[in-house]
Amino acid sequence: MGTIIEVRSVSKRFGGFLAVNDCSLSVMAGSVTGLIGPNGAGKSTLFNIVAGNLAPTSGTILLDGKDVTGLPAHELFSLGLLRTFQIAHEFSHMTVTENLMMVPAQQSGEGLMDAWFRPGRVAREETAIRRKAEEVLDFLKISHVRNELAGNLSGGQKKLLELGRTMMVDAKVVLLDEIAAGVNRTLLNDLASNIERLNQELGYTFFVIEHDMDLIARLCDPVIVMAAGSVMTQGHIADIQKNEAVIEAYFGGSPTGNATTLSAAAEAARGSGAPA
Amino acid sequence: MSLLSVTNLHAGYGQMTILKGVDMALDAGEIGVIVGPNGAGKSTMLKAIFGMLTISEGSISFDGADVTGIRPEKLAGHKIAFVPQEANVFASLTVQENLEMGAYSRRDAYDGIIDNVYELFPDLKNKRRQPAGELSGGQRQMVAFGRALMIEPKLILLDEPTAGLSPLFMSVIFDRVIAINRTGVTVAMVEQNAKQALAIAHKGFVLANGQNSYTGTGSELLANPDVARSFLGG
Amino acid sequence: MNDFIFFINNGLIAGLIIGSIYALGAVGVTLVFGILRFAHFAHGDIMTMGAFFSLIIAYLLQAAGFHSIFALVFIGMFPAMVITALIAIGFDRVFYKPLREAGARPIVLVMASLGVTLMLQGVIRLFGGVSARNMFIDRPKEIFQFHVPGAHRPIVLTEPEVILFIFTAVTVVALHYFLTRTRLGKAMRAVSDNPDLARITGINTEHVVWATWIIGGALACAAGTLLSMDVALKPDLSWNILLPIFAATIVGGIGQPYGAIAGGFLVGLCESLSVFNWAILLRPIKPLLWFDIPSSLAIVPTQYKLMVPFVILIIVLIYRPTGIFKGRVL
Repeated sequence: MGTIIEVRSVSKRFGGFLAVNDCSLSVMAGSVTGLIGPNGAGKSTLFNIVAGNLAPTSGTILLDGKDVTGLPAHELFSLGLLRTFQIAHEFSHMTVTENLMMVPAQQSGEGLMDAWFRPGRVAREETAIRRKAEEVLDFLKISHVRNELAGNLSGGQKKLLELGRTMMVDAKVVLLDEIAAGVNRTLLNDLASNIERLNQELGYTFFVIEHDMDLIARLCDPVIVMAAGSVMTQGHIADIQKNEAVIEAYFGGSPTGNATTLSAAAEAARGSGAPA
Repeated sequence: MSLLSVTNLHAGYGQMTILKGVDMALDAGEIGVIVGPNGAGKSTMLKAIFGMLTISEGSISFDGADVTGIRPEKLAGHKIAFVPQEANVFASLTVQENLEMGAYSRRDAYDGIIDNVYELFPDLKNKRRQPAGELSGGQRQMVAFGRALMIEPKLILLDEPTAGLSPLFMSVIFDRVIAINRTGVTVAMVEQNAKQALAIAHKGFVLANGQNSYTGTGSELLANPDVARSFLGG
Repeated sequence: MNDFIFFINNGLIAGLIIGSIYALGAVGVTLVFGILRFAHFAHGDIMTMGAFFSLIIAYLLQAAGFHSIFALVFIGMFPAMVITALIAIGFDRVFYKPLREAGARPIVLVMASLGVTLMLQGVIRLFGGVSARNMFIDRPKEIFQFHVPGAHRPIVLTEPEVILFIFTAVTVVALHYFLTRTRLGKAMRAVSDNPDLARITGINTEHVVWATWIIGGALACAAGTLLSMDVALKPDLSWNILLPIFAATIVGGIGQPYGAIAGGFLVGLCESLSVFNWAILLRPIKPLLWFDIPSSLAIVPTQYKLMVPFVILIIVLIYRPTGIFKGRVL
């Protein structure tokens, strides 16, 4: 088991604001690694940098040992790094199967010359891709909607489709962006078991950014905690949930501890008559 | 009798229900703080009170009147003011004009109220002719507060007032919230910085997964170690 | 010196005149753009309709035996502005408001306004015929000549042009006062800035919508009437200047009334200075030049005059898409 993603001293500055501050972490191949942290910790910014949607101000990103710093998302795609989106980005007027078949890059049918002059090859490729799409739908147990227009799917099915798209190419690592957002418990269970199966049966590596602690607890080990732009700690979720510093960071304690001064001021302001 | 009373509220956006039976009660003159982990439904609570989304079950009453699902335009009439988290000032209007717009629904003279607002926020007085969009984040927040105070509300709803502000401004904002409350305005505030918010709260409501998780006075909740741990799902 | 006077008459003054028309039209368009959030294509034909109302009222006044030192059509313009404003509100009630309330996307409202414009064109031709009409029904228009020492060619200003300049100046001042000193004017700016916050703040958006159509409709009527007074009233009067008015609106910044005025003058002046034959200005210094001046040195041939607003628009959209006064990007 080697390191699939390595983040080395990455910083990101937006004008005067330092969102990510000398952040270093590693994601091991074959793991489901979680990334958590309070609001404003810089998790989303770091995630977008790793996914190729943002370039870092300084620092290096390695994918399977290769320097991929600053490469855009579509190039990372061909190197095996995929991401999902919080809001499902399906092609709403195409069927579910077609949506999946769109994913593999460089299909010969996309080229003008091949489409016209090599119909046999195009047809063979398309059959192979279609078969793969059907396998994916089977795995996720949504074969029954294969011919539905993707726009007509329920929210949960769209999320499964999003997951399915990442299965269409042999991904080295899949970045999951807050997949639990707006999802009910039952569906979340469904998504979680699919991710587990993909990880355990097919060896997929996942890097998961999440607020939903139940999902993190079920799926992720290790869990990396970010606060104030860099990594605070990492480890098993049970340990993290007992870690006083992490609890404090989430609870919003300020370093100068002026919660006490505020409390005193509030007391004074309330006087004696107010209910305590 | 409570000034604001939310009972068994089920609310959400369209088909998606986010709040699943939440209760909240605030007496006149109190500061009530709604905290909780992300996705718990904190902002949804405020927006539900302000009539900005679908309420499927439950009721909200204010000062004896039923305001469940009322249209946002009507709330100024009930003396409820709302300060949203984002885009909460008219950026191209001056500070003074923002305050004047806050008083649009008033039929009477309001110069005295503007003076009060400038007393509460002295920084704004020097900048009264500057477009609000040119001010710093913290000053903009004060303009947003001031605008809301122009109707002399009985209740002011604040959605994460310290979001995106530096720690220094955070204390200033909380300090001003106390000052506003001192003038008799009831405050219902959603906050990400749970610890500091609870420190100034009369009542605290911790939400998780769209339901009440812990309820008590600010000091009770601060003193309970389970509360902080619950933010991490522990 | 004569040549310089010619430049003033045919370059500068012509540019200011068409610029004023564009400015008056663009203010209405930009207000609707900013507050109601769609491109109101029917604006041009509302200008034509307004001009026809002014003419009709002028005829009525004439039939009633009314006399005045002012042209009858100018007096008729004021009630016509009121009528046009009311009709504009009527169009909103009947055509646009139902679509807004059904949550239609802005492009649907644009399509609706195209429908309104085609309808208006038909109705105007039905009642007004297709021929050009002279607006000065009681007496010919006055022509003022200003003689400048050193030239026997005078600076020429016609009566409608003088009225137009004064009217535009008064409008600019009045608009500024309205937007910065009155409660309703500030509310309009607030709704244009942030409509959601305006609702929460308790601003009556209905009043603001009415005010938008009243100002837009009234100014459109004035622009149409004053232009026809200078040229002639034809049914396709405004269709030809609709697109330059849109160019002026976008150049000035969508939703920015001062931008609309600046944009109007910019587009108008560029237009007339582009088709102006600059060779004429070079004539006085011809002896000093070592080369021959070509007979025509216009930047753009007259037939291609319509191209100018669009070239300006393209340049602005490339280098400063939000317009001179940084309006919104819709």
